[in-house]
Amino acid sequence: MGINYVYPDYEVIRNIDRCIACRVCERQCANEVHHYDKELGKMTADESKCVNCHRCVSLCPTRALKIVKTDHTFKPNANWTGETINEVYRQAGTGGVLLSSMGNPKNYPIYWDKILINASQVTNPPIDPLREPMETRTFLGKKPLDIKRNADGCFDTNLPPQLELSVPIMFSAMSLGSISYNAHKSLAVAAEKLGIFYNTGEGGLHEDFYQYGKNTIVQIASGRFGVHKGYLNTGAAFEIKMGQGAKPGIGGHLPGTKIVGDISRTRMIPEGADAISPAPHHDIYSIEDLRQLVFSLKEATDYKKPVIVKIAAVHNVAAIASGIARSGADIISIDGYRGGTGAAPTRIRDSVGIPIELALASVDERLRQEGIRGNVSIVVGGSIRNSADIVKAIALGADAVYIGTSALLALGCHLCRSCHDGKCNWGIATQRPDLVKRLNPEIGAERLVNLVHAWEHEIKEMLGGMGINSIEALKGNRLMLRGIGLNQKELEILGIKHAGE
Amino acid sequence: MKRIYAREEWCLGCHLCEYNCAFANSGLDTMTKLKGIKINPRIQVEENDGIFYAVSCRHCEEPLCVKGCITGALSIKDGVIHINKEKCVGCFTCILSCPYGCIMPAETGVIQKCELCQTNSKGSPACVSGCPNRAIVFEEG
Amino acid sequence: MKSFKYVIIGNSAAGIGCAEGIRQIDKKGTIAIISDEKHHTYSRPLISYLLEGKTDLQRMKYRPDNFYKQHNIVLISGEKAVSINKESKTIKLEKGEEIKYEKLLAALGSSPFIPPMDGLEQVKSKFTFMKLDDAINLDKELSKDKKVLIVGAGLIGLKCAEGIYKKSGKITIIDLANRILPSILDEDGSVIIQKHIESKGIHFILNDSVSRFESNSAFLKSGNIIEFDILVIAVGVRPNVSLIKNAGGKINKGIWTNEKCETSLPDIYSAGDCTESFDITCDKERILALLPNAYMQGECAGINMAGGQKLYDKAIPMNAIGFFGLHLITAGSYEGNFFVKSDKSNYKKLFFKDDLLKGYIMIGDVNRGGIYTRIIREKIPLSTLDFELIKERPQLMAFELNERKKMLANISERSV
Repeated sequence: MGINYVYPDYEVIRNIDRCIACRVCERQCANEVHHYDKELGKMTADESKCVNCHRCVSLCPTRALKIVKTDHTFKPNANWTGETINEVYRQAGTGGVLLSSMGNPKNYPIYWDKILINASQVTNPPIDPLREPMETRTFLGKKPLDIKRNADGCFDTNLPPQLELSVPIMFSAMSLGSISYNAHKSLAVAAEKLGIFYNTGEGGLHEDFYQYGKNTIVQIASGRFGVHKGYLNTGAAFEIKMGQGAKPGIGGHLPGTKIVGDISRTRMIPEGADAISPAPHHDIYSIEDLRQLVFSLKEATDYKKPVIVKIAAVHNVAAIASGIARSGADIISIDGYRGGTGAAPTRIRDSVGIPIELALASVDERLRQEGIRGNVSIVVGGSIRNSADIVKAIALGADAVYIGTSALLALGCHLCRSCHDGKCNWGIATQRPDLVKRLNPEIGAERLVNLVHAWEHEIKEMLGGMGINSIEALKGNRLMLRGIGLNQKELEILGIKHAGE
Repeated sequence: MKRIYAREEWCLGCHLCEYNCAFANSGLDTMTKLKGIKINPRIQVEENDGIFYAVSCRHCEEPLCVKGCITGALSIKDGVIHINKEKCVGCFTCILSCPYGCIMPAETGVIQKCELCQTNSKGSPACVSGCPNRAIVFEEG
Repeated sequence: MKSFKYVIIGNSAAGIGCAEGIRQIDKKGTIAIISDEKHHTYSRPLISYLLEGKTDLQRMKYRPDNFYKQHNIVLISGEKAVSINKESKTIKLEKGEEIKYEKLLAALGSSPFIPPMDGLEQVKSKFTFMKLDDAINLDKELSKDKKVLIVGAGLIGLKCAEGIYKKSGKITIIDLANRILPSILDEDGSVIIQKHIESKGIHFILNDSVSRFESNSAFLKSGNIIEFDILVIAVGVRPNVSLIKNAGGKINKGIWTNEKCETSLPDIYSAGDCTESFDITCDKERILALLPNAYMQGECAGINMAGGQKLYDKAIPMNAIGFFGLHLITAGSYEGNFFVKSDKSNYKKLFFKDDLLKGYIMIGDVNRGGIYTRIIREKIPLSTLDFELIKERPQLMAFELNERKKMLANISERSV
């Protein structure tokens, strides 16, 4: 077997005084870390298999377990960190691309945390959301730029198709395949209960979920998996996925071993065949090509459903967005570099793309300058972590946000970033029936609904504090924001003043 | 009447219900004191080939255990079947009678069964509140 | 003349079951229970536990002290019913009093059978072991220096031996049969139980019987002589049928009843040890003198007497018993093919025939045996079960998913 260069990252600390050897940890660990030693009459652990997902910790009835980062160390080196060294060891051992999951964990600036929200004092009194109406409803879609009258002199009230959201939050695209049936169902049920939308990702729509169609955004990605007329007619809107924040510029690859049963049927590809989503859409090499797809979709569904175009936040995002806004799309969705994924090459995830805060500010600004901001709504995602991030995003110009990682956390995800192993102990990023079962969608949907309700309360509190009583009145209202610890260039891109100014 | 129901589609076979049951009925103040004790819970997880579910007293409307009890130690009150351990002599006629196999010998030689945690300090079924996946529920039938 | 809507003769399991059955339907109709014993209702099978000290007179009461009051029942105790007049619907008590009934339950029980044995009248200290008074009287005689001879190695004899074990001197049990508990065990099972009891120092003499007694000596057919101080006769019981027989009711082995527990006489029901039941495991009328059956028959009779609808149609033989910590449960008939699983301390045998489980024996580990009982009682076709699983141990896993859901899930349950 040769030398094992990689020392385990974590240690399983078991408080022997507390452990009653109930073996719950053993039964619940799909990585087979825990083991009951009959001879010793004790639990033992093989920490080399531990991914630090906390399933055992959470289920241990006596709180006898904790997972700590090993303090085993290399000689300290700010440049050659232990992580960097281990990655070299790994690749030298396997010759393979490093794979990771979920969002970019690197220590890049988080602009949300360098933006502060305003509050009213004296002259423009705050509003108490418990006593006064507060509107969080929002509509996504093209807004007419001017008022038109019909022949009889009345206003033309025909609007292009809109998505109505009770709160400016949607669940990001996560395919059935990347996440489990039960995770998918949790999202669908919660979206319906909340009056918002979830997104199929590029995995197609399982027949069981057609009933949630009016709360479903159906995605059309480069592999075109699962796309057919019934799919298009069932969804409330389409999302053409051009890119993804976690892995801009590359496609996707779901190995054939995962293309079984429902997954194969839903994606409309044979069992065992690899599901390869090419890096580009091979029919889209220009905005004009994109326009053709947008209108093909609209044509196929009688112009009744809005079309979203999703792109990753990359360097020239503003110019790309400008093109999309002219392509006939109704909504642009931008995914920042912290966005999650079920699997991505580590180097891409951690090194490609730009922060969503900057991308959003520059897109909103560019569309305004070009006078086409009303052509599209803007939805942003890629690590929206809490209600304050949402308020900041809307003030920076977003119409709504996508939440993916937060939603998964609500379902029990512990961000162990091992989705690509397919052994998610929380029943989310797995297709193993025994693991999928661990997520009861009844509980999952409840927790999602709770999360969004909680955030809705907080959004209302923050709006009220600013003296604003509707989400619409916050959109693009950058005066409500100030930067802290940002340099002049950053403030300029964000279009906000520094705190104190 | 509210009863405990098992939902095998959600049972993970983690056996926490058994430990929660044993603890609830142990009179101990912390579960860690179950250390070294072979538990004898009133709820039992059956498992086979990836199927799991927890079985505990169904509190039958026509309870064969109560009807067959030779001592009168088993009785039904407000739909809940209780055991008077003082009266029970451990003849196990109830074990012979219970169609679900939900009555079992206690350590003391008499029998024990689920009493919906009404007679211990929990007050409501500990197996239900401790189930991580709502695979055991306590609800109106 | 006293008059009651319901009169119950018998204050044990069947009688109490009847009263509770009546009260399920009719909360008001007057009920009288007539008993020749002067006790609050108590559990007959507990008399051995009483001697053993596992229960006491208070705890062995079959129902709480306030039972009669709570159910508004008149208890006429210490009075023996001597005849029934089915025309006038009256019962005559020994002391001459007559009681009128609208509906009558005859839960007459059974009596110890004492076979003719020469010289029995010479034995001073002799007992049967059925009723509380038997136990109380026996208890008074017992002491550590007295040798006890028990005739009969059936349930009663063996339970008696266990009950008196700590209070008596040497115990010898004699039986005509070649093994103990032949009515409820197979040969292997008998050996296991016999060895266990023998390990406590109790002596068995099988394949032998007493030809005559001479005061404290029993002369056996084999020629051996057993010295004893106390004699317990436990060779079996006979149903008490005379009251119904004399009134013209149909009698076979016991009092005949239909599935509603009616006798052949109008408005007269019968339940318990005095009756015969249709054993569904062998399709024969048998006397199933067992407390659970008595209660269920009584309850069934009571419900029907009060105008309700109930059938007693699932009678099977079944026994749960333990000797010196070794438990055994058995049910059904031992016919057809069988499956045996045994180890050092446990023994299990299942009998099956025509796609049905017919009977079983479990010794030692009796856990969840009721699942087998159910399969027998409900005549569940074995082809609908996972026989391999159910053979290994009783478990609901052997049932089909839908059946299991009916048992365990909330069928009305909403799905997400």
